[in-house]
Amino acid sequence: MSTYFAGLLADIGILTLGALSVYIILSTGQLSLGNAGFMGIGAYSASWLTVEAGVPMTLAVVIAAAVSGVVGVIVGFPALRLKGIYLAMATLGFGEMVRSFFLNFGPTGGAAGYHGMQIISVGYIWAWTGGLVVLVMVLERSRLWLGLRAVHDDETAAELIGLDAVALKVGAFGFGAAMAGISGALFAHHHLYIEPSNFGFQHSIELVLAVILGGSTIAPGSIFGAGLLILLPEYLRFLADWRLAAFGTLLIVILIVRRQGILDRQLYRLIGFGRAS
Amino acid sequence: MLLQQLINGLTLGAVYTLIALSFSLVMGILGILNIAIAELFMLAGFIGITALMAGLPFPLALAAGIAGATVASVVIKFVAYDPVRSSPVITPLLTTLGCSIIIQNVVVNYWGSNPLQLPFEFLGERLRYGPISIGSMQILVMATSVASVAVLGFMIQRTRIGRGLRAAAENRDVARLLGVSAERLTIVAFALSGVLAGIAGVLIGMHYAAITPYVGVETGLKAIAVMVVGGVTRIWGALLAGPLIGIIEVMTIAHGGSQIRDLVVYGLMILILLIRPQGLLGGRSSDTGQRV
Repeated sequence: MSTYFAGLLADIGILTLGALSVYIILSTGQLSLGNAGFMGIGAYSASWLTVEAGVPMTLAVVIAAAVSGVVGVIVGFPALRLKGIYLAMATLGFGEMVRSFFLNFGPTGGAAGYHGMQIISVGYIWAWTGGLVVLVMVLERSRLWLGLRAVHDDETAAELIGLDAVALKVGAFGFGAAMAGISGALFAHHHLYIEPSNFGFQHSIELVLAVILGGSTIAPGSIFGAGLLILLPEYLRFLADWRLAAFGTLLIVILIVRRQGILDRQLYRLIGFGRAS
Repeated sequence: MLLQQLINGLTLGAVYTLIALSFSLVMGILGILNIAIAELFMLAGFIGITALMAGLPFPLALAAGIAGATVASVVIKFVAYDPVRSSPVITPLLTTLGCSIIIQNVVVNYWGSNPLQLPFEFLGERLRYGPISIGSMQILVMATSVASVAVLGFMIQRTRIGRGLRAAAENRDVARLLGVSAERLTIVAFALSGVLAGIAGVLIGMHYAAITPYVGVETGLKAIAVMVVGGVTRIWGALLAGPLIGIIEVMTIAHGGSQIRDLVVYGLMILILLIRPQGLLGGRSSDTGQRV
């Protein structure tokens, strides 16, 4: 496997986790445009832990996930007050605040960025990605996820049948944020250099794009979307300077033709994965 | 010194106000966040500066910028809004994002990715009043903004089209029931929002005397914050919030370092969303029923 290809594969794994973090929050009907902020928190805390404190990699990833998850829960409570586009704008503001915080935060390098991390293998990244995708897919078959989807479809009705919508929504925010934190931790130890602008609005949008393109109704859609987002620009190379315009056009076309994303439950069953559920 | 910062903040705020109004026209009337507005105003900046450098006078350059942004905005309406108008808010958000990717790519390919600099002789002299210095450019920026807002205000308050827009902003379905043509209104909303983005683009290009293809996102996000702080469906809220955020930004740069400003601006935006979702100038909180 060439280095070039390995690099792409690693990027897909990292982006998959980021996309999954958006997917989990979106499963309760909440759109977050600030997940790169959670990624940043995970990336910086994991890097600081491995570089300054000498914590082993896996433990650092777990702690980073916990830190991001706690921040996610803290963000999740006020998020309950907002819906739709207003929540999207508030989370966008949160993401920008995190970016700007790290820009000013001296101990992790501020605007100069942070480095000194040890590189991790593609296999290690995919061990996390694979494990977490399977975890989410297992969760998707549980009663808990049925609750999430009920809140997504109709919050009032979900509460009427006794579901705790507050706990589900805040929990989803925490879980999603933890997932983004892991993605960030792996990102930092794959690229070996991080700066606040890695975790800005553009990156948050990329995570949302991966979910929406790949399929926003099932977890494997995130892998598919991440693969698409990383590989498409590579395959569009023959278009040279017009690569991004072609990508934008393709994005609009896919959104118009297939709103739920390319991969959905039906197609997933058709290709032969998974039984009817 | 304080007065000087106030003036600088007001200039920046004037431009923010225009872009925020541009966002808020589409948002208030159609309920969607048109991300491409950020790039529309970048596009207008490039057209405006190119026109100025070609020797056109300011009004013509402004008109060229406005024309470019307005045409692009109406195209966006047909390409990225019409086909997805019945989907949840996230879809038009992403289709307009697709448009902004395309616009940015076109601009980079046409003008290159380096900043387009306005030559020195266009800058005009600075007027001095004691310790305060105002660039003539700054006066032009503020005067144009005030004039544009006044014209927009007249249109919205006094004309038939304006009445339709206000009715739709209040309640889209009832407006349609009462015979306001939704299709025409949508085109007007997109076109007007393009005009405003166009003016803002040319002005910001002249204010900074340079423009880059990447100026859109940062300024656009700030303008979204201005829109939220002022109140999304209250168009006039942006008039207060624009200068307010402009001044806050300039003040925090002067007293706390240039990077704290984003923390302050977005913090304020989130605070407003949480404790006063209708915005600073918003009316009764019952207005928010449909939105929050």
